[in-house]
Amino acid sequence: MTTQGVWRPDFFSEAREIDQAITTADQPSYKGLASPAAIRRMSRGMKMGMYAAQQALGETAVTVPDAIITGTGLGCSEDSDKFLRSMWENDEQFLTPTSFIQSTHNTVAAQIALQLSCKGYNVTHVNGASSFESALLDTLLLLTSGEHKNVLLGGIDEIAEQTYAFLQAAGYIKASGLRETVKNSLSPGVNYAEGAQFFSMGVDQTETSYGEVVDVALQNELDIPEAGSFLQDFLTTNDIQPTAIDAVILGYNGDENDDLFYNALQQELPLTTPLYYKHLSGQFDSCSAFGLAAAAFILKYQTIPPVLYWNEKNPAKTTWKNILIYNHYRGKDHTLVLVRTC
Amino acid sequence: MTALNEELKRKIIDVLNLEDITPTDIKDDEALFDEGLGLDSIDALELIVLMDKDYGIKLTDPKLGKSIFQSIETMVAYISENRTK
Repeated sequence: MTTQGVWRPDFFSEAREIDQAITTADQPSYKGLASPAAIRRMSRGMKMGMYAAQQALGETAVTVPDAIITGTGLGCSEDSDKFLRSMWENDEQFLTPTSFIQSTHNTVAAQIALQLSCKGYNVTHVNGASSFESALLDTLLLLTSGEHKNVLLGGIDEIAEQTYAFLQAAGYIKASGLRETVKNSLSPGVNYAEGAQFFSMGVDQTETSYGEVVDVALQNELDIPEAGSFLQDFLTTNDIQPTAIDAVILGYNGDENDDLFYNALQQELPLTTPLYYKHLSGQFDSCSAFGLAAAAFILKYQTIPPVLYWNEKNPAKTTWKNILIYNHYRGKDHTLVLVRTC
Repeated sequence: MTALNEELKRKIIDVLNLEDITPTDIKDDEALFDEGLGLDSIDALELIVLMDKDYGIKLTDPKLGKSIFQSIETMVAYISENRTK
């Protein structure tokens, strides 16, 4: 579930392609999300996360999940920015409580738990670009252990002015003023953004189930030639042939060095339909959660929105059973996620 | 509305991120906490920091806070008498 409303059937037809260095997420109305006193203190990440969590739970009619697991690369960086700026500007004096309290990475998961009075397992994974997949792996382990029936899983990252300025100065983010998309990118760096995606994960199939997460694999670092063996090992572990993968959702982001990995993996799956999504979500540490959301959308509606095709549409294919999601960032935090219809 | 009243209201709105509220919406004698403007204990901490940072007033006696932070009027009176900057 996402604040961008990904589960709306018309979402992808209305989606706009990102063509600037830093793009803020469209914000819905947050009235009624929490008390006005609480909302006015929340950063965008907190509001987006709580809103997306509320929608995910609402759709599955789960009132209180057994556990809440989130993944985030930078956490509540807006409040971290504020707190550090305040320390810097005021010579470490006059430190206000709100931004300090809310500057931790687990703020969103904690706030959701408080809102729901959920006293169960509550963990936030912070591991760069594989933060969300780390949370997903934790979710799968928790559910297969049999101790929990349902888990609220989410990925959240927000734009913080100073933090993103540092990333831009380091060349991770494209220069301001450029109008490049993922496909027509000429300069180094990528278009950054922000977002929150939440999923209600359960052991039992229900009427509202979108699909099944079969497995997830994480690899800290790979060279481009190793991408193929990473894939083959994953497919072998899950006893599935490459030809059985109907679509592969790739994390193409417009940075030439990053995209070479996606080209390499695509070559291992010549009969699989390649898709991409970062031209809609932008790059941020937990953006691969948007890739999972796209996969869930395809499994549910059994159609691929045209905007997701990386190249020419395969007209022969009309059913989508097995979908693979591959992501990495700057050659690190490689992840594979296999989902299928249920 | 005096200049200090106006300034203080603007600072409070900014520091506490009071959305959709302008200085003219806050009456000088309106209660800041509970049924008035609806501020809470975390806001009180923010106001203590504001008094120290912007007016050089250190509030060390928590008992005083209740009367000082009663309204804009009471805050302005205390600031006018005790400010060091």
